[in-house]
Amino acid sequence: MMMKKLIKVFLVSAGIIFLSSSAMAAKTSLTMGVVLEPPHLDPTAGAAAAIDEIVYANVFEGLTQIDQNGAVQPALAESWTISDDKLTYTFNLHKGVKFHDGTDMDADDVVFSLNRAMAEGSVNAQKGLFKPIASVNKTGPHTVVVTLNQVTGGFLFSMGWGDAVIVAEESAEKNKSNPVGTGPFKFSKWAKGSHIELVRNDNYWGDAAKLTKATFKIIPDPAAAVSAMMAGDVDAFANFPAPESMEQFKSDPRFAVVIGNTEGETILSTNNTKAPFDNVKVRQAMAYALDRQAIIDGAMFGYGTPIGSHFAPHHPAYVDLTGRYEHNLAMARQLLREAGFPNGFKAVIKLPPPSYARRGGEIIASQLKKVGIELEIVPVEWAQWLKQVFKATDYDLTIVSHTEPMDIGIYARDKYYFNYKSPKFQALMKKLDQTVGTDERYAILAEAQKMLSDEAVNGFLFQLAKHGVWNKDVKGLWENSPVQANNLTKVYWTN
Amino acid sequence: MPNRFQEVFQEGLQHRNFIIGGTITSAFFLIALMSYVWTPHSIEDINIAVKFAKPSGDFWLGTDHFGRDIFSMLVVGARNSVIVAFVAIGIGAGLGVPLGLVAAAQRGWTDELIMRVNDFTFAFPALISAIMITAILGPGAVNSIIAIGIFNIPVFARIARGSALGIWEREFILAAKSAGKGQVRISLEHILPNILSILIVQATIQFALGILAEAGLSYLGLGTQPPAPSWGKMLKEAQTLIHMAPQLAIYPGLAIAMTVLGLNLFGDGLRDILDPKLRRSR
Repeated sequence: MMMKKLIKVFLVSAGIIFLSSSAMAAKTSLTMGVVLEPPHLDPTAGAAAAIDEIVYANVFEGLTQIDQNGAVQPALAESWTISDDKLTYTFNLHKGVKFHDGTDMDADDVVFSLNRAMAEGSVNAQKGLFKPIASVNKTGPHTVVVTLNQVTGGFLFSMGWGDAVIVAEESAEKNKSNPVGTGPFKFSKWAKGSHIELVRNDNYWGDAAKLTKATFKIIPDPAAAVSAMMAGDVDAFANFPAPESMEQFKSDPRFAVVIGNTEGETILSTNNTKAPFDNVKVRQAMAYALDRQAIIDGAMFGYGTPIGSHFAPHHPAYVDLTGRYEHNLAMARQLLREAGFPNGFKAVIKLPPPSYARRGGEIIASQLKKVGIELEIVPVEWAQWLKQVFKATDYDLTIVSHTEPMDIGIYARDKYYFNYKSPKFQALMKKLDQTVGTDERYAILAEAQKMLSDEAVNGFLFQLAKHGVWNKDVKGLWENSPVQANNLTKVYWTN
Repeated sequence: MPNRFQEVFQEGLQHRNFIIGGTITSAFFLIALMSYVWTPHSIEDINIAVKFAKPSGDFWLGTDHFGRDIFSMLVVGARNSVIVAFVAIGIGAGLGVPLGLVAAAQRGWTDELIMRVNDFTFAFPALISAIMITAILGPGAVNSIIAIGIFNIPVFARIARGSALGIWEREFILAAKSAGKGQVRISLEHILPNILSILIVQATIQFALGILAEAGLSYLGLGTQPPAPSWGKMLKEAQTLIHMAPQLAIYPGLAIAMTVLGLNLFGDGLRDILDPKLRRSR
């Protein structure tokens, strides 16, 4: 009897606790998993995508902003006018915008930010974005006139990059460790090696964020990422590091699995000035020897779209060149013979940590071995990769995903780690810059894609898919990632 | 000497641990040796089309996420474990035993110096120091051999010194001394043969530890590099696939556990048989 009573009491109280907890407001904090820890938090001073993944749109804003469909939206500039000759852009800034430290954001800050990025000794990782700018002038407290020295079709898009965000002169130097921006979230704390915390900016000029707190937890190990999701330690992964786990999450009703696309062209980067890769026939032979679908199935468990050039398949200017080099070992051997390597050769492939590179590298090594090209696999950490491969171009081959949007222009750079250095391609990109009409631009982009494919500059593998996994009650996260960002401004919990 | 072997062998036949351990160990060595001549499939054969195949006549234990034959990988992985552990023991014993003998023969400050340096090395947990060494030298099979070898040195030095000290007190050493033999000759002709059995037992145990350490280092990505297979690396690769294909983790895990168990039983049995003190009491 006594026992029954006790159970009754217990059940009733449990019910009360249950009801009261569900009546409570929905959660307002989000913990998001990220694979890489950013080197610092200043998007105007580093190429690492990990920086933008935390601060873009959340902490820092630019004149314009790129939305989840890749379109340009007004941000700090509420409107703009473009002169008839398309060389003068007049930006009207939002009034009453304050930086997180309480100072006003006005025309002076815009002039300062753009001039700082353009300056001779600038440490901006994407100086090319600012190259067309001739001058930046303040014409009123909230009006800025930017004059270009050449017609630049994608200028408003460029101003939406994380590298072009507006910073304050007073705080710019300290942004690496204590970022001060104008966004809906303020930087709160960074426990190195563990997590980064943002809190809501209650004085935000626009629509306030729904979350009060956002924590980015750094989890480099895919297995640990699986456990963290399963245990609920992390609410969301915008891009889960282990594609093989997608099936497992799909079958679990607690999670929403959203496969989207990214701007990540995953390529077998090739050092174009290093023998034997300076020979176009060798590069073409490699292109014939690669079996893209096997790489996608083996390394990405089927997630990914094959590409035949350095261009995103979801972009309207995309040309399908995947048939240019149909998997053909006889053709590959033939080309190697013509290039003077009938028995193949030996080379080194340096692989950064992501599974697309480590697994992809093993598969590619086995595929190239069939035509006599023997690859020695050298796994490297990101820091080493940036130093040896990206900066010093001390490499033969590597695999990496280029996640910047519309980045075919990197092939025209004088100094870029592919060492492509083709005057023909550079001229083409110059022409693109000076072309404004959409159809004309797309025609040039198509020509550029074909040129890269014909010369087999790199091994073009696949477009990286975005493996989004999050708690099914979290809404507002981006399905695709047109920019390297985790825009949390519209994220909320339904429960 | 042949008499002694016969004796050991006969005693061994009555020792259960020794038989079980010896069987597992010799199977392990045979499989490792076999991999030089024949494996069912080439381990470099990546064939995505047959990934996660079920065990069949063609693939005895099925295939992994790259469509490679798991059995072939285990076999080549066994060879890899043997080489790493064997060479590492060679380094450990090759440097450790002479150091221990010198310390025991010289005594005094030489002894102090050698043993304190040993203590210093020994104070670091073995795997941590191996990780440190591979972090400095860079990942790779050769560096993991060096790393495992280095932490084996103090183990052998200690055991050699400890056992040698006891022998130095014995009458026959006194006799050898009076016959005019020097320290080096006595160490090599009288001390070493008398502590050999203890060293052999220690070597089998260190061998098992070496296999574990190699698996650990490879698991952390510091040991054997792809495409060469290693049990530790197979475990690592299986980690995120464990819900999809648990067999990928089970097979190498079992291989490691069985081999280490076998070596330990073998070492245990060997100690019981070889240890002179135990023998006398029997």
